[in-house]
Amino acid sequence: MNALYVDHLETFPSQNPPARKMAASMQHVYVGAATGVFKGVNLAKKTATNFQNVASLSKEEEICAMCWGNQQESQVCVGLKNGLVKTFDAEQGEFTDCTNCAGGEGRFTGLAKYQESLVTCVESGLLRVWKDEDKVDIEVGKDVCRMRQNHARPHQVATGGKENELKLWDIQQPEKPIFKAKNVRNDFLDLRVPVWVTDLQFLSEQKLVTCTGHRQVRVYDPATPQRRPALSVELGEYALTALSVTPDSHSVIVGDSQGSMVMVDLRMGKVQKAFKGFAGGIRSLQCHPSLPLVASCGLDRFLRIHDINTKEMLHKVYLKSKLNCLLFSSADFTQEQTETAKKQKRKLESSNLTEEDEDELWGSMSVVQDSKKADKTKRKSKSKKLKKPK
Amino acid sequence: MTCPPTSWSIPNFPKMATSKKKKMPVREETQDVENDSAMAVPSSAIPPPNISSIKNKMRRTQEFIKLKRQRRKEKKELQKKKKREAEALGDEAPPKKVPRTIENMRVFDETMVDPQDEEVLHDEAHDEMASYFTRDTRPKVLITSSDRPRSTTTRFLKELGQCIPNSEIYYRRGLDLKKVIPQALSKEFTDIIVINEDRRKPNGMLLCHLPDGPTAHFKISNVKLHDEIKRAPKSTEHHPEVILNNFNTRLGHTVGRMFAALFPHDPQFSGRQAVTFHNQRDFIFFRHHRYLFKNNKRVGLNELGPRFTLKLRSLQKGTFDSKFGEYEWVHKRHEMDTSRRKFFL
Repeated sequence: MNALYVDHLETFPSQNPPARKMAASMQHVYVGAATGVFKGVNLAKKTATNFQNVASLSKEEEICAMCWGNQQESQVCVGLKNGLVKTFDAEQGEFTDCTNCAGGEGRFTGLAKYQESLVTCVESGLLRVWKDEDKVDIEVGKDVCRMRQNHARPHQVATGGKENELKLWDIQQPEKPIFKAKNVRNDFLDLRVPVWVTDLQFLSEQKLVTCTGHRQVRVYDPATPQRRPALSVELGEYALTALSVTPDSHSVIVGDSQGSMVMVDLRMGKVQKAFKGFAGGIRSLQCHPSLPLVASCGLDRFLRIHDINTKEMLHKVYLKSKLNCLLFSSADFTQEQTETAKKQKRKLESSNLTEEDEDELWGSMSVVQDSKKADKTKRKSKSKKLKKPK
Repeated sequence: MTCPPTSWSIPNFPKMATSKKKKMPVREETQDVENDSAMAVPSSAIPPPNISSIKNKMRRTQEFIKLKRQRRKEKKELQKKKKREAEALGDEAPPKKVPRTIENMRVFDETMVDPQDEEVLHDEAHDEMASYFTRDTRPKVLITSSDRPRSTTTRFLKELGQCIPNSEIYYRRGLDLKKVIPQALSKEFTDIIVINEDRRKPNGMLLCHLPDGPTAHFKISNVKLHDEIKRAPKSTEHHPEVILNNFNTRLGHTVGRMFAALFPHDPQFSGRQAVTFHNQRDFIFFRHHRYLFKNNKRVGLNELGPRFTLKLRSLQKGTFDSKFGEYEWVHKRHEMDTSRRKFFL
């Protein structure tokens, strides 16, 4: 299953624009690396492309967050460490726009698009909506680890971090959060349970699911008056770092810092499946919106695609840099894959030879005879001939 | 002449069987050489008696010795024949067959580094050890052990301290590593080595690069100290040359760079000392030698200092934080040790 991926090192936009266009067509997964390289992977053709010149990057251009620029998924917004947000156009295959979204301290912890304007959140807690005329600022609290937008209700945004409880905000009402979660009760030693939300996702229209650095997966329902989590499950031994909801919304896939990826059933509150093949910590996970696939990337420099139902690793791509974040496009590439496979098969089957030509070919070849005795005699005669004259 | 029945069993009378065999082929050849008639049974059809069916141990051992002798003879003849043929053919001789070893049967690794790969070069130029390679920092190593070390471990620490220039040995007095690290940073150390001890012997090594470098955890085995090595001379304070062998994959590169960052940049060749980290099958062999060139082709080696073997267990990004830190690579025995020909460094 390990396909050999061909790496195209792309050159500057000025050179080879048509090649760039072809390469930019239909990238199924966009991956951002810690060195700042922005990559696209085509799973049907099994290619990985860099969309920048690697040598020109600096450490300050590390990709911290990514999000889709528009509903059609033809644009990708990429947030860098130095506060810039670049927009990548998939059709053109290059970065078209760059806005300076510096504000607050720390890296980007979340990026979203709301009504054509960017919503950014940094580690120090500054959540800002970058409109042209006025900017809406929301102070979320310090040490934010993640900010995500509700796709069903784009005006809602959730944040969480280290000792920073889960908060649900409405961009149109920036003063107070709509929902602020409450910490669980003290544990059996009557000690306060520490809070550290590392990743969160919207489960359905209203519900939220979070994973913590203290190995817990929690489900919150802001619609109910209960502020404590509806479900809290403790898993594994290492801090959970990434989370994604499966297409059927009944289970969640979590990855941890040592590279174990596990599927948790939210109805039962138990671990259902474990995915194998990781060597390093998982930084980002995403399930495909419709197909039963999950893409994961992490510090071991590999991008892996697993099948959710069979736990099988379908693709494993070596991408040479530590990977920070990824975006899985909703396109159905399995059809493309079958098409390319069919094409290859057809090529093999339909050779230009007809039956008569084939018979001729076979006839022209010499017949191999199975005669040991004959060989022996041949050898003897040979050695007799080639003896060195003294 | 009727042929013997095919169900004729030849148990414990090997001599009789052979005598019967001798008669048959002679008669066959006079009749027809090529035709195998259904009635005649050629000698090759009767299988040779199975030695293990002989119940008498002395006779069985004798037969076995005879069999081995015969096999050895055949093998030698075959070898001589092949050699003769190869010589006779001269240039046309088929190339000598290379025996398969675990190293040359190694499973293909996509992470093998291509020396001209731009992206990998860029990645390495911007990694945590880059400041050493650009000569911005000089190595200063802090060597310590687990709490309450025993004599072997303290001797090992001292030898390591002698081997690595610009190093300081501190006793660990029950301090947490996480608290040691900020103190080391304030004293401008670049690396921390912690030797872990179990059952009176050093068994683990934690190599932490500062200020924010990766932390590698190794398993130590086969430790031999200076006193245990025969005729080992004393080492001097000269800066040694560092030799890193076989660190080919991306992970191997990172680990190799960590080792290189322990030693000062410029070796003092007058000291003629060399420290070797040789990687083979994911085991890293550490050796410390003094060399002497007798002439252009021959070298004399004198082993100094400690000798030990390392095996990488995990590589964690950032300084030591085993609970909440993110791991770049973790050795997972059940998933990774499935093939004897798959290696990671």
